[in-house]
Amino acid sequence: MLKIIKKIFKTGIITADTTVTRRAAVAIGVDCGNDSYSDYEFTLLGNTCHQLIQANFGGSFAIRHVDAGSCNGCELGLHALNNVFYNLERFGVHFVASPRHADALLVTGVVARHMEAALRITYINTPQPKLVIAVGNCAVSGGEFGENYASCGQVSNVIPVDLNIHGCPPTPHALLTGITRLLKGRI
Amino acid sequence: MAITSLNFVTQQLLPALITRGILEPTGINTANVTWKSVSFNYLNRTLNLLEIDHRHWLPVIQICKEHQCRFASMWGEEESDAFVITSCFYVAKQYFLLRTYLNDKQNPRIASAANIYYAANRLERHCHDLLGIDFVNSYDWRRWTRHQAWSASEFPLRRDYPLDHVNYTSSTPADSDYPFLTSSNLDLYHIPVGPVHAGIIEPGHFRFHAAGEDIVYLEERLGYLHKGIEKIATTRTAATLLSLAARVSGDGTVAHSWAAAMALENALCLKIPRSASLIRAILCERERVTNHLWDVAALCGDVAFTFGYYQLGRLREMWVRTNAAIFQHRLMMDVIVLGGVKIDLRIEQIASMLKEIKVLEGELKELQSIIEGNSSLNNRLCTTGVLAAAVASELGVLGFVGKASAVDFDVRRDFSYPPYDELNIAVPIAGCGDVAARFMVRWHEIFSSLQILSQLLELLANLDSRAIVVERIGLLPNSKVSGVGIVEGWRGEIITYVSIDEQGNVVRFFPRDPSWFNWLALEKLIYHDIVPDFPVCNKSVNGSYAGCDL
Repeated sequence: MLKIIKKIFKTGIITADTTVTRRAAVAIGVDCGNDSYSDYEFTLLGNTCHQLIQANFGGSFAIRHVDAGSCNGCELGLHALNNVFYNLERFGVHFVASPRHADALLVTGVVARHMEAALRITYINTPQPKLVIAVGNCAVSGGEFGENYASCGQVSNVIPVDLNIHGCPPTPHALLTGITRLLKGRI
Repeated sequence: MAITSLNFVTQQLLPALITRGILEPTGINTANVTWKSVSFNYLNRTLNLLEIDHRHWLPVIQICKEHQCRFASMWGEEESDAFVITSCFYVAKQYFLLRTYLNDKQNPRIASAANIYYAANRLERHCHDLLGIDFVNSYDWRRWTRHQAWSASEFPLRRDYPLDHVNYTSSTPADSDYPFLTSSNLDLYHIPVGPVHAGIIEPGHFRFHAAGEDIVYLEERLGYLHKGIEKIATTRTAATLLSLAARVSGDGTVAHSWAAAMALENALCLKIPRSASLIRAILCERERVTNHLWDVAALCGDVAFTFGYYQLGRLREMWVRTNAAIFQHRLMMDVIVLGGVKIDLRIEQIASMLKEIKVLEGELKELQSIIEGNSSLNNRLCTTGVLAAAVASELGVLGFVGKASAVDFDVRRDFSYPPYDELNIAVPIAGCGDVAARFMVRWHEIFSSLQILSQLLELLANLDSRAIVVERIGLLPNSKVSGVGIVEGWRGEIITYVSIDEQGNVVRFFPRDPSWFNWLALEKLIYHDIVPDFPVCNKSVNGSYAGCDL
């Protein structure tokens, strides 16, 4: 137990905190690159997202993920959103286990015909008001696989989509940018 | 002494078959051809391909089994006058292929090998669902890859079936009449899980039979992610195949694209520059490290050891960011191209990667003493999900799942390919086959990969010639050519087969992900474990859903 505590203190807080200035953040080792891909910028964007969620979703935005036909690359980006660098949950975004708890469905991959029924049933069981986010080039426009005997193609061919996030796979930054844009559009 | 693949086939297999009267002594160019030996170009050596009459298929495979050959892959193809079945075996540090032709195209039938090699069953069912070949006397005749997207009399991989054959006007129904095994025992209840699962994970169906909390039986059903990859491949050329191969299983993008590239380069007799093979290995080892880091993190998470989950997840993220900085992609997708790689490494990037290795080694050593000493972690992981060594060996289980159950095999060491043939590969093996063993095998494989990476980076730094892709001279073949690529991906041995015609169009592409075998292990190792232990057992195997569904 002591070793665990020691390691925790040695590692320190990784998540970028924008209540300190950029200069102070750099001094403690936070990634504060000038481009829009640094952890500091990610947190600034996330703060905006958090404000929108507090104003319009009672402080909590619930996402149900469905893999309708992805290669599993997009899933890795989604998992990364909950690691200590990105820490998406601090902005009020949660991934939930049931579509009945969800504000939004987040669909990755083309819609494989063998997943079409499952996706439709999940969509029907998500209560209104609901949003659908298509994540990745496959979900947005068919990607590498397109439409064929086994694939319905992009998600909007099967259920209505409110937001497209491009990428193969989209980076965590792209995912947060997309989610924030969606929340802005809903005001 | 180099052992070529000629040894087993010519020195043991053929004599045994001739002795038993299964094959004639002279099989080449006689009126009654019963067998023919073909050489297959493979890097700097050849693979032996034995063409046999379909009546001899089962007896030959039986002899292979008696000689402890491991069944490694199987696929079907359609030619204008026959269906072709090829299977791949491994024995004594060599691979060989068996091939047979089914000339009755109206009614293609062959004896099933599944009663000899249990793991052949799903590959045979996949072959039936896509090509319509009947595997007679199989122990499991049910459809596998086919759900409801096409009917029992349609075979999408056949030439007369168009890629965009859309025969539906309404949505595809759910596969609700699949004949799962049922039980009439009133003490057992069935738990169906999936295809949509509780977390961020790929879809698949698991049907448990449980008595209280104990799992008495598990049946898997995959195929939900079938996107027609093998059919899509027939619309690609040798150059454009790799972006498809890279997306067979996104977390194994480097390994799959390397296997496909190797298969194409073998088919076209292309030798890639040394720096390209070093960079490919650097990519592959980095993929191994990041996936193993994420897996051990997730295993901690699945037993509520969140300290481990976040610490190891942090280490993985650091490595993935280096991937993005140096290879312009977090998962290093599309860096491997036909004939080499797309990105070279500068000296300062090599230096920073060497430093990164030292940092990771330090971090992991600190975490190792915490993890090994944590009693509640041990309580959850030790003796959970035991895969007996005998079962692992019988199934032909691969990668870390095999290594944790005493299957001492690694392609990088045992059928080595450039650049691994210049290195010593440390292969961690455990005997007890529980979740803890699969955890620790991954852990030690990370250390092994870090050592390999250090050596690869040093070799690359000292290399004079920095050509990273082959000069494309005479790329198109004169006739139809085929090739095989075999790499040790992070999940285990990948065997990819490609066949290209004279115009450079892909005729056949079959990537055999190691999960075809490892998924079977999950059905066995969960036996008598409790339902709440299923997530950690599943994660300890971490089979690729997309990689098998194709």
